[in-house]
Amino acid sequence: MSLAPKAPPVGPPFWLLLELTYKCPLHCAFCYNPTDFARTTQELETADWLRVLREARALGAVQLGLSGGEPLMREDLEVLVAEAHQLGYYINLVTSGVGLNETRIHALKKAGLDHIQLSFQDSTREMNDFLSSTRTFELKSKVAALIKKYDYPMVLNVVLHRLNIDHVAEILGMAERMNADYVELANTQYYGWAWHNRDRLMPTRAQLERAEQVTGEFRQRTGERIRVYFVVPDYYENRPKPCMNGLGSIFLTITPDGTALPCHAARMLPGIDFPNVKHAGVEWIWQDSPGFNHFRGDAWMKEPCRSCPEKTKDFGGCRCQAYLLTGDAANADPVCDLSPHHHLVLEAIARAEKPQVEEKPVLIFRDARNSRTISGWNGSPPSSSSR
Amino acid sequence: MTPLSESSKPVIGRGFRLQWEQAQNAHVLLYPEGMVKLNGSAGEILKRCDGQRTMQDIVVDLESAFHARGLDREVNAFVSLALERRWLEIRE
Repeated sequence: MSLAPKAPPVGPPFWLLLELTYKCPLHCAFCYNPTDFARTTQELETADWLRVLREARALGAVQLGLSGGEPLMREDLEVLVAEAHQLGYYINLVTSGVGLNETRIHALKKAGLDHIQLSFQDSTREMNDFLSSTRTFELKSKVAALIKKYDYPMVLNVVLHRLNIDHVAEILGMAERMNADYVELANTQYYGWAWHNRDRLMPTRAQLERAEQVTGEFRQRTGERIRVYFVVPDYYENRPKPCMNGLGSIFLTITPDGTALPCHAARMLPGIDFPNVKHAGVEWIWQDSPGFNHFRGDAWMKEPCRSCPEKTKDFGGCRCQAYLLTGDAANADPVCDLSPHHHLVLEAIARAEKPQVEEKPVLIFRDARNSRTISGWNGSPPSSSSR
Repeated sequence: MTPLSESSKPVIGRGFRLQWEQAQNAHVLLYPEGMVKLNGSAGEILKRCDGQRTMQDIVVDLESAFHARGLDREVNAFVSLALERRWLEIRE
């Protein structure tokens, strides 16, 4: 008989997210992708992705997200969708829409794609193009029409932050004109590029309250026709989000180079060896690998989480946020007002209340040159909106 | 929304998919970024909502399959809830 604590039972990885590529025609300053993405030069081959799909499905994965970067940059997307459909996945394509022409949407529909989530940066061409550092607004509007034409529910995702949150009325108006079925107004979560730009992206409390009020009025007017989800920025909460329902509980991400992660941002966590699908099967990765077992259960928790009755509800919040803000991933998520580090969140919010005087704020856009600079590959300054 | 009647023919809503999941030993309803694990009776009702059968057909079919009677209220209540959640829709 072993005296070692019994490992909690591991359920299926219901959610499989494949980040097929870091290539992206957009350069959004709020992207959660790692700032050192340019280091990834070798993407998985088609055969590797197909094997991941089969192995994860055998473990009980059923929701599939195809994301990136921009997943349409992969020419084998249709092949992957066809195999996933045949395996019984519900397939979500998370896209900027850039690259989605009629030929491709027709092929994707035929291959069995279930759902498309289209991202917009703002309701106006100027802001959309500025925030994503591209010229894509009109193209996206055309894609929205194609999505309707191919009988997909029109799901619009707009990431909110200080620079566009005052336009929520216009954004919702645009969604209505596009006959959107669902609109997700998701406040920025501060990881990757967004973390880098946090102080430029953080809304004030007044901005947030106005946006919620406008959203409430829109809901009242449109009723059942358009479902609007408003995701509050967690910095303005006093309890943390149950991130990924606890790491290693339902969610499995595979990055473009094959690294398996228990959440999209977890690669930043130091001292944890995350496995790669090139060297191990998905079953071992999910059930047995040290990387995936690290934050299972509550043995890793520190106080105040460990003795907290709410630990079964929020699992101590987000490990990446704890690491980014406090330097230790095992600390309580500082969003929680029971955390001894909660002042760090309050200070970030307080900074947001101060007026920011630049006419056009200096954002660090997500592109390969900035990636190399931030991750220390060369000495040139990052390019910004002033270029 | 069209009122529910005996002749309504509910069908799985656009964007939703009903399937049997061996790993969960249950019917599940899949939709954009989500999943509902269904209990036995919900699964039995939904798998009969094919846009061909009327509400009356569905009740009769369930009553005969499960040797039961008077299921109409339970079926009606569940279908109403499912319509509200867009799991089901009624196409004209």
